[in-house]
Amino acid sequence: MKCEEASVLLHALIDGELDAGHAREVEAHAASCAKCAAELRAFRQMRDALSAVPVGYAAPQSLRAKLDRALPTRARASRREVLKGFTAGSAATAIAASGLFLMVMRKDDQQRILNETVSAHLRSLQADHLTDVQSSDQHTVKPWFNGRLDVAPPVVDLTAQGFTLLGGRLDYINGRAAAAIVYRRRVHVINLFVTQGAGPDRATTVQTVQGLNIWLWNQQGLNFWAVSDINADELQEFSEKFRTALHANNGT
Amino acid sequence: MAGRATNPSDEGKVGQFRDLALPHLDQVYTLARYLMGNASEAEDAAQECYLRAFRHFDSYRGPAMKPWLFAILRNVCRYAHAKNFGLVFTDVPVEPDDGVAPVWSSDSETPEHIMLRRHDTETMRRLIADLPADYREVIVLREINDLSYRDIAAIIDSPVGTVMSRLSRARAMLRNAWIAAEGEEIRT
Repeated sequence: MKCEEASVLLHALIDGELDAGHAREVEAHAASCAKCAAELRAFRQMRDALSAVPVGYAAPQSLRAKLDRALPTRARASRREVLKGFTAGSAATAIAASGLFLMVMRKDDQQRILNETVSAHLRSLQADHLTDVQSSDQHTVKPWFNGRLDVAPPVVDLTAQGFTLLGGRLDYINGRAAAAIVYRRRVHVINLFVTQGAGPDRATTVQTVQGLNIWLWNQQGLNFWAVSDINADELQEFSEKFRTALHANNGT
Repeated sequence: MAGRATNPSDEGKVGQFRDLALPHLDQVYTLARYLMGNASEAEDAAQECYLRAFRHFDSYRGPAMKPWLFAILRNVCRYAHAKNFGLVFTDVPVEPDDGVAPVWSSDSETPEHIMLRRHDTETMRRLIADLPADYREVIVLREINDLSYRDIAAIIDSPVGTVMSRLSRARAMLRNAWIAAEGEEIRT
């Protein structure tokens, strides 16, 4: 084993994450290499020192109190109160809460694609990844995709409906190039991923992955995934507005 | 966020959420402190994390509650950071590992010796807080939240190999910063 490899693996050794075979290899290397032995010793001591002082924090009482008020207790969560919550919420919430949506897409493949859209969404929020073409003008964003994709993704102006167009981006979903059309509502980013689809138009369904909401649907031979951290109701509103606008644009 | 959250459907589950999630509040808050950098934003982020977790409790399939909460918290914090559309979360380029400064030099006092001299809580906290975001989060998840590499990989949505390389780099950085801090201490 070389020092380069050992210098990374010794951390796994310290953390008890190595299997017996690799642990022996790292230890054998450290036995014959003064530099790695010193590092191993030093990092062990640093870890001990770190665990010896309380570098964690205790949650403030104000936070405990707020959560205590916000979260129903077992006793308070009567059937009636829960049902009241349903009728007050949207149909989307009720469907999500009833667990019906779980029946819509359970296949691993589809789950994987959902995870990919979430990953792509999160990636897009990092520096310089949000848009490749930045414009609030649909007539600038739409042509930008020409020649970059095997589909012509529809870009519609939803400013009047409260969703600002930020631009477009090339992304990858399920191993294929996909259009990402980026909208904003208040401080929230919505990524609308579009790929070529098959089959008849299919109505929207809502999914939740890692606390993010995803509305997906098929329309005009395309697959759509709208991903955002805005609440499910607003994301449904976005999806409905987009579908309606697209429908009207094509006069179908 | 007025009124009680009432999304999860099953009465039993509603009660379960408290029992399963609230014991992790200190740890969630600790991660939030290190990700957000101050008490008030950390409190907001931790609160949002719990409310979001509760709303999505129906889709929670277990078994480990802690990593699940952390993953949600991390999203909450990333959105908070991205809010002004500066959208900068990564403080420094993460890869590649382009020649880290040597962890110790043999001609000085041994690092172990220096290290053990003094380690008060505030200094330690500051040194961790000063690490670039990507390194800070793996250090906190590993050293303070005590998670396995596999859990950390799931939370930061990266392969275990990335966790390992990032953690080794993070510890080297922390160690250098620590030795430097001790040096200042000695001079003053």
